[in-house]
Amino acid sequence: MSARRPLPRWADVALLPALNLLLAMIVSGIVVALIGQNPFEAVQIMAYGAFGYGEGIGYTLHFATDFVFTGLAVAVAAHAGLFNIGAEGQAYVGGLGAVLIALALDHTHWMIVLPCAIIGSALIGGVWAFIPGYLQAKRGSHVVITTIMFNFIASALMVYLLNNILKPKGVMEPSTASVTGAGKIPQLHDWIPALGYSPLNVTAFFAIAALIFVYVLIWHTKLGFAMRTMGFNPTASRYAGISNSRLIMIVMAISGALAGMVAVNECLGVQNRIVLNFTSGYGFVGIAVALMGRNHPIGIALAAVLFGALYQGGLELQFSMPAITRDMIVVIQALVILFTGAMEGLLRPGLENAFMLYRPEQKAEATARETVGTEG
Amino acid sequence: MNASDAHDLAQRPSPAAASPWAIELKGINKSFGPVRANRDIDLKVKRGTIHGIVGENGAGKSTLMSILYGFYTADSGEIRVNDKPAAITDSRHALALGIGMVHQHFMLVDNFSILENVILGAEDNALLRSSLAKARKELKRLASDYNLDVDPDAIVEDVSVGQQQRVEILKALYRGADTLILDEPTGVLTPAEADDLFRVLRTLRDQGKTVILITHKLREIMAITDAVSVMRQGHMVATLPTAETSPEQLAELMVGRRVLLRVEKGPAHPGKALLEVDNLEVEDDLGVLRVKSVSFNVRAGEIVGIAGVAGNGQSELLEAISGMRAPRQGTVRVSGAPVSFRGDNGASRLREAKLAHVPEDRQRMGLVVQFEEWENSILGYQDDATYGRGPILDINAARAEARERIRKFDIRPDNCRLKTASFSGGNQQKIVLAREMERNPDVLVVGQPTRGVDIGAIEFIHNQIVKMRDAGKAILLVSVELDEIRSLSDRILVMFDGRIVGEADPAVATEGELGLMMAGIEQKEAAE
Repeated sequence: MSARRPLPRWADVALLPALNLLLAMIVSGIVVALIGQNPFEAVQIMAYGAFGYGEGIGYTLHFATDFVFTGLAVAVAAHAGLFNIGAEGQAYVGGLGAVLIALALDHTHWMIVLPCAIIGSALIGGVWAFIPGYLQAKRGSHVVITTIMFNFIASALMVYLLNNILKPKGVMEPSTASVTGAGKIPQLHDWIPALGYSPLNVTAFFAIAALIFVYVLIWHTKLGFAMRTMGFNPTASRYAGISNSRLIMIVMAISGALAGMVAVNECLGVQNRIVLNFTSGYGFVGIAVALMGRNHPIGIALAAVLFGALYQGGLELQFSMPAITRDMIVVIQALVILFTGAMEGLLRPGLENAFMLYRPEQKAEATARETVGTEG
Repeated sequence: MNASDAHDLAQRPSPAAASPWAIELKGINKSFGPVRANRDIDLKVKRGTIHGIVGENGAGKSTLMSILYGFYTADSGEIRVNDKPAAITDSRHALALGIGMVHQHFMLVDNFSILENVILGAEDNALLRSSLAKARKELKRLASDYNLDVDPDAIVEDVSVGQQQRVEILKALYRGADTLILDEPTGVLTPAEADDLFRVLRTLRDQGKTVILITHKLREIMAITDAVSVMRQGHMVATLPTAETSPEQLAELMVGRRVLLRVEKGPAHPGKALLEVDNLEVEDDLGVLRVKSVSFNVRAGEIVGIAGVAGNGQSELLEAISGMRAPRQGTVRVSGAPVSFRGDNGASRLREAKLAHVPEDRQRMGLVVQFEEWENSILGYQDDATYGRGPILDINAARAEARERIRKFDIRPDNCRLKTASFSGGNQQKIVLAREMERNPDVLVVGQPTRGVDIGAIEFIHNQIVKMRDAGKAILLVSVELDEIRSLSDRILVMFDGRIVGEADPAVATEGELGLMMAGIEQKEAAE
C-alpha cells in the first residue's frame, strides 16, 4: 500500500513535530528512569527552568537567538537545495568580525559598535561559507563535505589565532582581550530587571529582523524565486537562465552571514571577547531547528525557542538533579535532535496512513492519482 | 512463478475451441473512491485477433488491463478466459491463464544476455545450465514459429530497442502466453521497427494467439487491428470492427466531440533567416559528441521540423540552441547576432535575444512542478521588469498575468495558486506554451510539443504553433512523432547519429522515405 496522500498542512507543521517531540521526551524519560530518577520531576524542573521565572526565560531566549541565526542559515541554503553543515565554523570565525571591530571601536558607542560588529561577523561568516560555495560552483566539490571540513579548519584556525596572535600579554586563557568600554552592547535586563542576570541582549531584535528578512528574501524577491527554482529543480533553473554557479556562491554567502551573527550574541552579548569554542554546537543544532521548523521563519522561531528551552532547562536540571550529569543533558538534547531532526520522517508514513483511515475518500483519491499516473 | 509452472504452461494444450472469445469482461467496475476508473465495462476479445483499445489519458484503459493482468481486482464484474470464469488475483495467476503483458517500459536486466532475460524468474532449478539449454531450444522454436529472430547470447543493452521489445514478447511466449497485452508498444520505435513489430503481431495472430494493443495512435489501430474498442472517462463507448470505422470517427468517440486530425494551415511565406546554426558540434554530459557539424537555418514565417528517432542528438541540439549547453564549436545566430555561450546562464541571453524555448521534457526542465502555477508562468522571465524593477518580485503583477494567460490558453483548472503538479500533462504543456508564446519571441524552439498530451489539447497546441508561424515567427520543431513533424512542418530535416542526414518537403516525402533517413540511410541511397 504505497498510495498516500500528503498530510494536511496543519498536521505537517504542527502535529508531526509535536509527536516527534513527544517521542523524544518518552525516550529521554526512559533514560532518566533507567538511572533511577523520576522523569516527571525532571520534566517539571526543565519546564520551570526554561519558562518558570524571568531569568530562565531570558536564558531561553538568549539561546533561541543563536538558534534562530543558525537555523535560518541552514534554511536559506536548504531552499536553494544546498545543505550547509558548516554553520558552526561560520559562526566561530564570525567571532573575529564581531570582536575585532568591537575592540577597535571600544571607545565610541554601542550604537556604532553593534551595526559594525554585525556587518563584520556576517562578512567573515559569509566569506567562510562562500569558499565552499565557490568550490561547489566552480570545482564540483560537494558543500556537505567542504562545509564539514571548514568546521575543522575554523576550529584549528581559531585555536592558533587565540593562542598565538589574539591573546593579550599576561593572560593564560586562549581568548582575545575583552570589550570593556562603550562598545559593550546593552543587555535587556538593563531595561527589564525581571530578566535577572540572563545574557539576553539587543541581538535578539536582530534575530527577529533576520527572520523577517529571510521571509521576504525567499518568498518576495527575485533572488528568492531563483533560489527556490534551483532548490526544487536545478535543470529548470538552468533552463530559466539562472546561473546556478553564481547563485550557489551567493546563497552560501548569505547562509554563512546569518550563521556569523551568532558571534555577536555570544561574543559581545555574553563573553565580551572570543573564547575557545564559544559556539558549543549551536551550528549543528541549527540543522535540527531548520528541519523542525520546515525551513520557514515562523517554524524556525518556534523551534529555536524550543531548543533554547531545552538548553536552559537542561542546565537547570543539572543543578537540581545532581544524578543527572552534564553528559545526561547532552544525551537528552541529542535525543530531541535525533527525533525531530534526523528521524523527522519516522512517524510520517504511519501518520499519513492514520489520516487516511479516518478519511477514506482521501485514500481513494491518492490511489486514483497513482493509477492515473501510470496511465499510458 | 516457479519453475515447474513455466514448464507446464509452455505445454498446456491449446484452449478448447468451443467459444470464440479468448477474453470476456462483463460489467467490470473499478472505483478509486470518487474516481470511477471503469464503469460497467463489457469487452469481448475474439481468439486469434488483434484487438485495439484506444482512449485518452485517464480514460481507464490501463486500469482495465491492470484488472485483466491481476494488478487490481475489480469491484464487481466477471472475467472469463477461454469461456471459463476466472478470478485473477495477481500477474502469476494471469500468466497461468495464458495472459502475458508487454509493458511500455521494458522490464529487462540490461547486462544479462537475451537468453538469461527470457528465463529470469522461470528457471527450473538453482543451477542454470539445464534451464538455459532448454530455453535455448524453446527460443529457437518460438523464433521460427513467430518470425521473432534474436541472438540469444547478445547482451540486452547492446541490442536495439526493437530487439528488446522482441525479448519482452518472447518472455511472455516462453511463459506460455496465449493472449498478449501490449501497452503503447511503438512509442520507442522507429517506423521501420514498428512495421517489424506489426509483422510479428500479425504472425502471432495467424498462429492463433490473441493480441490486445493499447495505443493512442489511431494510425496504428487502423493499420493492424481487427477490432477496436474505444474508452472515454471510464466507459466503454464503442467496440467496432476496424474495417468499418475511420480515424475521424475514433477520435470523435475518444474525445466526445469532433476533432480535426489534420492541421489546417496555409502555405508558408518565409522571410529572412532568424535562426542560423552553423557547423554546430555539441557534446553530452559524458563528453560524447552528440551533434556533429550541424548547419541549418530557420526563416521568419516557417516551421522547420527535425525528425529522428529519440536519442540521435536532437536533445543536445535543442539544449545548445536554447543556451543551456555550450557547444564544442560552431555558432548560433538569432536575428543575425551571434550568441555567446559563456557562463552557465546562456538561456537568459537567448531569451533576451527573443528566442523562446519550449523544452522537450516539461517536468524535468520547463516547469518546477512544486511551484504554484503563477510561479511557473514567470519562470525564465523572473528578472524582467514586468515583475518589478528592483529586487522585489511583484507577485500581484505576476499573478494577474498568469490569470490572463490561463484564460487565453484555456488552462484548467483556472486557478493560478494551485500547485503545478496537480495540472494534467496537457495543461502543464499549455502553461509552458503560454509563457513562451506570450512573450512575443522572434524565434520559437519547440521540443516534443504534444508528448503525453490528450488529443483535444494537441489540436489546440498545433493551432497555436501555426498561428505563431503565420505571425512571422521562425519556428524550429523537434519531435519524435513523425506524424506531427509531417503535418506541421514546412521543411523537414532528418537527424541521425548527430548529423542532419537529409532534408525533405513534407508535401512530397513519404513516410517510408523519411523512415529510411531516420534509420541512417542517406537520402541518395534512399532515392535509388
